[in-house]
Amino acid sequence: MTGGAPGGRALSAPIMGRAEEPTVFELSSPGRSAWSFRTTGVPEWTAEELVPADHLRPEPLALPEVSERDLVGHVTRLSARQYSVDLGAYPLGSCTMKYNPKLCDDAAGLAGLAGAHPSAPAALTQGWMELLADLAARLCAITGMHAATLQPPAGAAGELTGLLLMRAWHRDQGRQRTKVIIPDSAHGTNPASVTLGGYTTVTVPSDARGCVDVAALRERLDDDVAGIMLTNPNTLGLFEEDIAEIAAAVHEVGGLLYYDGANLNAILGVTRPGDMGFDIVHMNLHKTFAVPHGGGGPGAGPVAVSERLAPYLPGPLPIVGDDGAWEWFTPARSIGRVHSWHGNALALARAYSYILANGGDGLRKVAEAAVLNANWLRQRLRGSYDMPYDRPGMHEFVASAASLKRTAGLKAVDVAKRLLEEGFHAPTVYFPLIVEEALMIEPTETESPQTMEALAQALERIAADPEGASAAPRSTPVGRVDEARAARHLIPTWDARPEPRTSE
Amino acid sequence: MGHFVPHTDAEIAEMLAFLGLSSTEDLFATVPEALRLAGGLAMAPGLSEPDVAAEMGRLAAVNAVFPQLVCFAGGGVYDHEVPAATRSLTFRSEFVTAYTPYQPEVAQGVLQMLFEYQTMVARLAGLEVANASLYDGASALVEGVNLAVAASGRSTVWLSRGVNPSWRSVLETFSAGTGHELVDVALVDGVTAWPADGQVGAVVVQYPNYLGCLEDLGEARRAADRAGALLVVVSDPVSTGLLRSPGSFGADVVVGEGQPFGTPMSFGGPLLGLFACRMSHIRRLPGRLVGETVDVEGRTAYVTTLRTREQDIRREKASSNVCTNQTLIAVACAIQLSWLGTGGLRELALRCARGTRYTRHALLGIDGVAPLVGAPTLREFAVRTPVPAATVVERMADEGFLAGVALSDEFGGGLLVAVTERRTRAEIDQYAAAFEKVVR
Repeated sequence: MTGGAPGGRALSAPIMGRAEEPTVFELSSPGRSAWSFRTTGVPEWTAEELVPADHLRPEPLALPEVSERDLVGHVTRLSARQYSVDLGAYPLGSCTMKYNPKLCDDAAGLAGLAGAHPSAPAALTQGWMELLADLAARLCAITGMHAATLQPPAGAAGELTGLLLMRAWHRDQGRQRTKVIIPDSAHGTNPASVTLGGYTTVTVPSDARGCVDVAALRERLDDDVAGIMLTNPNTLGLFEEDIAEIAAAVHEVGGLLYYDGANLNAILGVTRPGDMGFDIVHMNLHKTFAVPHGGGGPGAGPVAVSERLAPYLPGPLPIVGDDGAWEWFTPARSIGRVHSWHGNALALARAYSYILANGGDGLRKVAEAAVLNANWLRQRLRGSYDMPYDRPGMHEFVASAASLKRTAGLKAVDVAKRLLEEGFHAPTVYFPLIVEEALMIEPTETESPQTMEALAQALERIAADPEGASAAPRSTPVGRVDEARAARHLIPTWDARPEPRTSE
Repeated sequence: MGHFVPHTDAEIAEMLAFLGLSSTEDLFATVPEALRLAGGLAMAPGLSEPDVAAEMGRLAAVNAVFPQLVCFAGGGVYDHEVPAATRSLTFRSEFVTAYTPYQPEVAQGVLQMLFEYQTMVARLAGLEVANASLYDGASALVEGVNLAVAASGRSTVWLSRGVNPSWRSVLETFSAGTGHELVDVALVDGVTAWPADGQVGAVVVQYPNYLGCLEDLGEARRAADRAGALLVVVSDPVSTGLLRSPGSFGADVVVGEGQPFGTPMSFGGPLLGLFACRMSHIRRLPGRLVGETVDVEGRTAYVTTLRTREQDIRREKASSNVCTNQTLIAVACAIQLSWLGTGGLRELALRCARGTRYTRHALLGIDGVAPLVGAPTLREFAVRTPVPAATVVERMADEGFLAGVALSDEFGGGLLVAVTERRTRAEIDQYAAAFEKVVR
């Protein structure tokens, strides 16, 4: 794959700003302003006339006082200190940082979608309701499930929603259960959600091949197990080949199977959680369906369920009424709302436009190219890094810097920081917890073979020349950040700075 | 159509050959044959960009929005102006297409924006620390109650009926898992009447409350003290431009909805959960927190901190399960608050309050329209109408207005009306004239 155009590879370092940017509070100048409001003609009562004295703020709340030009300069300079998918490859394992098509931005920006108040009667929001209903139907088709709620605003919210569905189900079976099983390779949100769902976490180990140890699972199964949460492919990027056997065993004791959809990208159009035996599925639309991650959100974490769990879904849901119009409906045994309205609706609209653009055929190609890129890179890097689970995988793989650490002092974190210097974002490091010096790499389908080649060469250079890696990164907006100091001398706001400087 | 996969057929063949495979189907050899989806997804083929745009445009055109429908609805989501600078800066793709700032050396942009956001949210609350955002006001309320219960060691919660009913419903949903006992506390003439005695973990009040009324936060603080509870205040951040901060009344935790600052109504999402608390509770803070530090050369730098509270490290003992939050909406909020500045926030609150008074006066002049409750209001108010509120909303839509939010039986019906800085005197006069017509 040599000799191609540099296609897709973007070097971040030369364009990203090295100069420190003061906070907006330091840019503030008393009396300066940017605000501008509509001329309304409404009578100009004073604050004293409008607010009872015991409620009235004694002095105005201090906010930055800047001109619009200063604000635009400040935020734009900050944006130059930020890596992004639009800038270059982002092989952050488990995060599916694929390119976010611009047509989805246009869709979410439509005034008819963005300008709608959520309390408007159904007759006035038929377009939104059709969009949400069709998105739910398509997500069910993709996952092989029966019905879905779009309310959960993120993956972790989807997990907790799923666990509350599990609770409601078991309650109606006559007895509440206490335990939920999760693999030792699971995402941290799984056990945290289990606790909030009122359950106790039971961990099942992975076997030597990186999959759930089925014998160990059987030992943990009893009639106090409410269910199991699995990611498939799992966080090692491996397909749980025994999933049918696992499903049968869990169902046999009356438990339910929960599918963590973080890695759904790998199986689009190839296989479906519903066909594997899962009862509850959450999806991360900000991973699989290209909703941009926004620096940490907003995402969307819809939950789809099998037919027997549909009566428990959060409401209201859009359905077609007798007169053919969309109306809101809350299922009979609903667990209740999990969002103040209908979830992150504009993120849902983005995902919907992405699904329309790809179609069934395109989604299958997404999975193929994602799996192809990951396996190509794993195969390519076998000589440079340890591959603790060195066999064909899916959309991501976990390499290890364990040998490099022993022989050359090169730790996973050093590889990550060196890769930043090379102009790429780093992989996920030190996760999953079961792999020493883990480097979890997910190239995604939108990176070209040329970008993959450049990424491989960069990782090979790092392994071949570990000298000075602990000083990396040197070409980024700031050098290695002192995280321990941030926790020890906590400064969570500008007002908490040790020598407070006022904005005056 | 696979528009977004760059690989040519030749490149795919070359990469497969490198792996010793002959077809893309071989990539999925570890998926048991019986589980493979025969025939592919039951879904139409992909559409071109213009065709997607046409379909999305069709769906958008079906919804009634401004200017076809002039908005007087609130109840947690408000029709505020989003200025060009906020829109343009928020949608810079460096912010939009970044991941959570796990590598601070290449994420100073998002991290510093969040640090500025936390500072401004803490000031709005009148407390010392704010987190880097939660999903919406409802989820912030849930986390606030979780914090209060954990800190007090008591799981009973006094929950004012003046708290947004949709948020209360979310809290109730999640209480099924946490086991919190929610005790509704009734309103008397629009403000909460707290029980005289009892020991609880959290006292929750909204300011101004769902009906727009100014609750007595001093009274709520005393109720919390008597009960040995933390005081959790749900605060409207726009009103804070005119009102004393909840922190000045002794709130321990302040939560709220940040949508009014820089985010369109968006059919109710994405929203922005504001969360602030006293420094003494920082180890229980849910979600991400950005702190200031230095890099190896001593330059100012920002990083997510106190990470040991979080789910990826603490797992089942984490303070919350939150991972992805609403960072981009928090960035919009920080930009908008900077655009408003000290004078603009006060002016915004003042304009909302003026429009509200003018509208309220106009509606109360209509035969059969009366205040639902007597307590003073600021930027939202509830009226009793001679015909059911849902009917008013329905009829007013034909007149070109979203008249408000029809209240449930819990409040004895009535219509909740919100007026923002966007409403002109002419719009309000037309609204009142139409209102008079439809309630006749």
